[in-house]
Amino acid sequence: MIDAQPLEAPAEAAMRGARYAAWRFVLQRASAAVLALCVVVHLATIIYAVRHALSAQAIVGRMHANVLWPAFYTLFVVAVAVHAPLGLRAVADEWLGLRGRATDVVLALIALVLLGGGLYAVGSLAG
Amino acid sequence: MATPVEDHPRPHPPARGRNGVEPTFPVRIWRGSASGAFQQFDVPRRASQTVLDVVTHVQRHLDPTLAYRYACRVGMCGSCAMSVNGKARWTCRTHVDAVATGATLEIAPLSNLPIVRDLVVDMAPFFDKWAAARGQFKPTATRHDEFAKVSPSSPARRAIDATIECIGCGVCYASCDVVGWKPDYLGPAALNRAWTLVNDVRDGDGVARLRAVAAEGGCQSCHTHQSCTRSCPKHLSPTGSIAGLKRLVAQALVKGKL
Repeated sequence: MIDAQPLEAPAEAAMRGARYAAWRFVLQRASAAVLALCVVVHLATIIYAVRHALSAQAIVGRMHANVLWPAFYTLFVVAVAVHAPLGLRAVADEWLGLRGRATDVVLALIALVLLGGGLYAVGSLAG
Repeated sequence: MATPVEDHPRPHPPARGRNGVEPTFPVRIWRGSASGAFQQFDVPRRASQTVLDVVTHVQRHLDPTLAYRYACRVGMCGSCAMSVNGKARWTCRTHVDAVATGATLEIAPLSNLPIVRDLVVDMAPFFDKWAAARGQFKPTATRHDEFAKVSPSSPARRAIDATIECIGCGVCYASCDVVGWKPDYLGPAALNRAWTLVNDVRDGDGVARLRAVAAEGGCQSCHTHQSCTRSCPKHLSPTGSIAGLKRLVAQALVKGKL
């Protein structure tokens, strides 16, 4: 049923467009799956910190104590940086009618800001 | 447009009110193009009356310039689909009793398609998208080959059973939010057709069709609102078909076959 064959120029453009769109879909779903887990853990962490009246100092201390915490929040930040711009891309397209290279460039910048800001925050807490 | 049909004598006289006058109810019908407006008619209220009966009454007795489309009148052709009180439906299979909430009935052309006039829409964009989704069967065998043997119980054939009854009425397309927001979205019917052919073991257009439905405006654009599945008069699940395409596209991508 599915056999890859050599392509002519228009077919190759169609192939590239299909792969680009399909990668966006897969990355958004994969990052959503990661976020589902990360958000639950993050909320549980907040509730724990509030119920045990942990101070900011105590929280930073725990971030330093175990390398898994910075690793977890690094994963969280990467998932957000992938997921949010892809979602905004759909919103921009469907609600504002914005699409094309300029929109994608702006969304890539948003991804970089989220990634940079998030990693900076994780680094500051864990460093 | 409405096909002129002779108005046959009714086998039973219509019910009469106390004073011998047939009771009527107000019906608002869209007139003109996209910039048109609703026009109200008073239509006799009859037993077992369908929405198509109402529109036909208006065209034959109140305003012969009303444009609408129908053919079979029994839910086989799909040409009489209109928006009834805001929901896309087959008017021939919709009883007034079932939809006339309150006292009025509002009948409009299908959403998401260009209006030609009154209740008639241009279905060309709808069927163009079937073609864009490569909805044509591409045979792999010739007349000299043996007939393909397809087991009715095979998973692929059973998947086709769930989709094949689509008659292209456009109700799902008119009900889809994403089509309204994203005009190049292929829509539920075209993607349902593509899924039907993807599961056809005799078809030879697999990769090209997957690329067509994976491109911008393809199956990934579906938000799974399920408006298409809820509104389908044939009780099909285009949402399920689109989910199948999403899975297949993702698998083909990861395996380097897209």
